Amino acid sequence: MIVFESLVVRYPRAKTPAVRGVSLAALAGRVTAVVGPNGSGKSTLVRALLGRVTIESGTISVSGADARTLAPRELARRVAVVPQRETPAFPAPVRDLVALGRHPHAHGLARWTEGDEAAVERAIVEAGVGDLVERSSDELSGGEWQRVRIARALAQEAPALVLDEPTTFLDIAHEMAVFELLHRLARKGTAVLLVSHQLNLVARFADEIVLLHRGAVAAAGSPLDVMRGDVLEQVYEWPLVVTRDPAVGAPSLVPLRGHRGARDTPSH
Amino acid sequence: MTLRRGGRPLLWLGLSVALVALAVAGIAIGTIALSPGAVWAALLGRGDATTITVVRDLRAPRVALAALVGAGLAMSGAALQGILRNPLAEPYLLGVSGGAAVGAVLAVVAGATSAGLVPLAAFAGAVLAVSVAMVVARAVGGRADPRLLLMAGVVVGAFANAAIMIVLANAPADTLRNATWWMMGSVAGAEWSGVRWLALYIAAGGLLLVARARDVDVLSLGEDSAAALGVRVEQSTRAVYLIAALVAAATVSAAGLVGFVGLMVPHLVRAAGVRSHRSLLAGSAIAGAGLVIGADLLARTLLPPAELPLGAVTALLGVPFFLARLRTLA
Repeated sequence: MIVFESLVVRYPRAKTPAVRGVSLAALAGRVTAVVGPNGSGKSTLVRALLGRVTIESGTISVSGADARTLAPRELARRVAVVPQRETPAFPAPVRDLVALGRHPHAHGLARWTEGDEAAVERAIVEAGVGDLVERSSDELSGGEWQRVRIARALAQEAPALVLDEPTTFLDIAHEMAVFELLHRLARKGTAVLLVSHQLNLVARFADEIVLLHRGAVAAAGSPLDVMRGDVLEQVYEWPLVVTRDPAVGAPSLVPLRGHRGARDTPSH
Repeated sequence: MTLRRGGRPLLWLGLSVALVALAVAGIAIGTIALSPGAVWAALLGRGDATTITVVRDLRAPRVALAALVGAGLAMSGAALQGILRNPLAEPYLLGVSGGAAVGAVLAVVAGATSAGLVPLAAFAGAVLAVSVAMVVARAVGGRADPRLLLMAGVVVGAFANAAIMIVLANAPADTLRNATWWMMGSVAGAEWSGVRWLALYIAAGGLLLVARARDVDVLSLGEDSAAALGVRVEQSTRAVYLIAALVAAATVSAAGLVGFVGLMVPHLVRAAGVRSHRSLLAGSAIAGAGLVIGADLLARTLLPPAELPLGAVTALLGVPFFLARLRTLA
């Protein structure tokens, strides 16, 4: 379980905080999705959890302990994080990359154990990357690489899983596979926190959606609570309608065409 | 790049056999050529006194020094490429070489007569340069950003080179020659006392790097991913940077500037399929030792009786290697 409590994060030399008092909880057994426009503070939440940005005020607790007081390895045993970007400096075999997920469990010069090997095998099967393990990382497509990183996070075997835009670069089949996987993990008891731009998929898979706007929570609740045309239109600054998906009945967002003069929003 | 234990017994056997063969050749070949058997006998103190003196007091310490310099530079390069996530990173880019050269040149210009003073001054200069680079990177960026560390090192190195040129511009001819010779690298005149000291230093540095090798595996993925896998990113990066720089500084103080080894050897070992940094450090140490022994052998024998600068030979060996690497990348 991960709980953000009145979190405020300000980047060095920035006038305004990137995150302004965000509170949210990712509970065990649920998929919690954080959505919002570019620059709304989604990724900053993830970086704050990892201690990569300084928390100005507020707390992040992971399984009941303040993330800042946890040793990095202990934090990595409690929550597995798949950050947004990653380019390995040197190519490596996929199986070895997944095996790095056991790093938080290694002590000093301790040997690789059968338990580690089993965890890696389970992660490979669960993430569906069995066909990739004999390849080298520089032979992977963007989508394959993303799945390998998810496999590595699964190998951490943490009770909580955080993913920052995990389906970027993925085609429909692989994107659906990832969402199904996250749903399955949550049903087995994992606390899944997902940062995503895929509002329509999030509306179908998430138990709770937190909509961020300029570093603050604009709306939070069930997909039906958050996926409202007036709210989304204001946050995304683009005309849109929310309908019911005829096939599955989930709320579905359709951006409208012909809009001019949309304001520039901060981008990465 | 893994916690798992790699196999490749043939690679390790090949590297070790090559190292031993090069070491024996390094001792056997010279003005007085010896058979491998004679080398072995002389090392054990058998045979005629002249041969024993040549082997034990002249050639063996020289080969040992070459091995240590190669091992140190190669391990330093392997670790730095990992934490800085840059295949072009090498110890000399960090200001280590520039700082050491400033120290050594100042000592030479000041008329240092004792043989021990120049290495000490070089070491002090290297440590100072690395410290300045780390302080600069920290002051500018706050975090141990690999790019900042790299650029700070380059800036410090450029400053050091400028300082050397200013000092040497008005130096007398023989001082200039001494300083230049030192900057071209050499393991000639090695003595056991210095070799023992360096061996201790390189071994300690190497062990410290190996102890951090798993962190380097993870750090080479990038800072956010490393943090997600439980590595203290800033602390680990700084520690490895400092250890690698000190190891390189020790080699520079003992043998001057021997270029390309720290850059080339880790690539060679990676090309052989080694991925985890623990194996990469070990493989680089062996390959680096063999490479510098071989380069010194070439430096001594290519144009007898003249001796070529060791740094020039390693650079000459490096050029075709990199051309070949470019071809595989293109």
